[in-house]
Amino acid sequence: MTATSNLAMAEAATSARVAAWFERHPRLARWFNGRSVVIGIPYLWLLAFFMLPFLIVLKISVSEIDGVRFKDVLTLRDNLLQLTIKLGNYVFITQDDLYFTTYLSSIKYAAVTTVLCLAIGYPFAYFMARAKATRQPALLMLVMLPFWTSFLLRVYAWKALLSEHGWIADLLSALRIDHALLAAGLIPALDRYMNSPFSLVLGMVYTYLPFMILPLYGNLAKMDLRLLEAAADLGATPFVAFWKITVPLSKAGIIAGSMLVFIPCVGEFVIPELLGGPQTLMIGRVLWDEFFSNNDWPMASAVAVVMILLIIVPLAVFNRYQAQAQEVRR
Amino acid sequence: MSRGRSLFDASFNRAFARGWLAAGYLFLFLPIVALVFYSFNASPVANQWGGFSLRWYAALPADREMVEGFLLSLRIAVFTACGSVVLGTLAGFALVKYRRFRGRTLFSGMVNAPLVMPEVIIGLSLLLMLVSVQRTVGVPERGVLTIWFGHLLLGMAYATVMVQARLQDLNPQLEEAAMDLGARPWQVFALVTLPMITQTLLSAWLLTFTLSLDDVVLSAFLSGPGSTTMPLVIFSRARLGLNPSVNAIAALTVLVVSIGIIAASLALARAERRRARDMAAAARAG
Repeated sequence: MTATSNLAMAEAATSARVAAWFERHPRLARWFNGRSVVIGIPYLWLLAFFMLPFLIVLKISVSEIDGVRFKDVLTLRDNLLQLTIKLGNYVFITQDDLYFTTYLSSIKYAAVTTVLCLAIGYPFAYFMARAKATRQPALLMLVMLPFWTSFLLRVYAWKALLSEHGWIADLLSALRIDHALLAAGLIPALDRYMNSPFSLVLGMVYTYLPFMILPLYGNLAKMDLRLLEAAADLGATPFVAFWKITVPLSKAGIIAGSMLVFIPCVGEFVIPELLGGPQTLMIGRVLWDEFFSNNDWPMASAVAVVMILLIIVPLAVFNRYQAQAQEVRR
Repeated sequence: MSRGRSLFDASFNRAFARGWLAAGYLFLFLPIVALVFYSFNASPVANQWGGFSLRWYAALPADREMVEGFLLSLRIAVFTACGSVVLGTLAGFALVKYRRFRGRTLFSGMVNAPLVMPEVIIGLSLLLMLVSVQRTVGVPERGVLTIWFGHLLLGMAYATVMVQARLQDLNPQLEEAAMDLGARPWQVFALVTLPMITQTLLSAWLLTFTLSLDDVVLSAFLSGPGSTTMPLVIFSRARLGLNPSVNAIAALTVLVVSIGIIAASLALARAERRRARDMAAAARAG
């Protein structure tokens, strides 16, 4: 109790001091009100560290290199404003087959991952949301727990599980699932799971599954179950009620979850690097190599700009649903 | 289960639901269990059991690269978590309390985008900006500070979403009551709002701490010579193949995280009980 009252006294003293300071500086007080500080600080931070960098990437992707420096895109010489744009990198991206194939294959892997996450995650979230109310916090905690353990280490763990004599590798071979995977062209040979499309997609599904489950659960847990009773009273079979009521009502969760999986998967680097192979082309790795191996910063920037163009529509959809979900809660 | 809610016969339904959940949790936790299990493996072949041993743990303190990386990551993670919670609280507060201000759409877009934006894009663009700044102003040198900027950008997005969700669920009448009783806005925030969102702030701190401790891509772009974080060390070893030292460090982080989470939830439960008691006392006194 004394601790609380001490705290309250300190609090009162501080606020008195702050008030006195503001009384001495009325002009600052008007400007420096809570609202402009609360909005201003994070806003300026994001403009400087999120927005500005994209503009610079855009600039560098069309810049020519002059020794170690990038030439300015806009130059003023003899009162002549000159705009020099080098489109060479973009021309190269559109003409070189490798880039096109890689973009396409990144989107393919991201889409397959998203569909699999939805197929596993939707029933999972549904059963979570319909479990006993007392058990739900624990179930939710268990889904979030992997977030608190290293993502890198969990991906690395799959390397051990899928390598020769790994637990999962042995299990799959014992169940003769490798025959089916080989027939589908997902693994290079029988009993070889690593560095294949199979290991890549498995790793991505594993990593991104919680991102699918959480928004779906949030959505399904809020659903008014009386709607289903009403549907049953009106003669709907459980399946019809599920299809016509539950699924449409969880549309926002499906979209949010799918975007949370799809967009980062397109540019994923760590998982393809650790679990993928030469067969699994991913654009994140290409960007990485352009930057770190070839030291070609303008080319890496151009690859990034095209990647942003590819994900800009999903990004806008995600932002809209995210904003809507946040407004609706009130 | 009342009629109309279940797809099939009730008992089959329940069994199916339980089986699906169990399989899902097994999928999520199996790799973590495997990591810890193989960290006690005596064999140098990381996934072939050769008897129980603590040799990989014993070897860790002598692993200078790993120890230095760990200490550096720890420092960055603490600063990232603190900064993210402060910025995230401000941004979450701005989005919930001020329904209308100039550029709000852009603001909420910029807050949400880092959640999904591929990290290679964030890392590359942030680096190129910092390099441009450095070429004109001379600072910042690539290193701890630049890594911190990157982690803060990511951490802030996560912290904002968490704070925002929590603030939206709060009963606004409590804050209104404090205002009616004459509290200044910052007093309302410090004495009413803050105590109610402490739990969220704590989980946001832990989450952003983990994000930072774990990040490979941003750190790789933003680090300079001499600032190799632990994930970069782990990643460079994992790229080459299986490495038992990685298992040992993994098991240790799992242990630390579990202790942290258990301690945090115990502390929160105690604080919650104390608050409930205070409230009850206040209700009696009133």
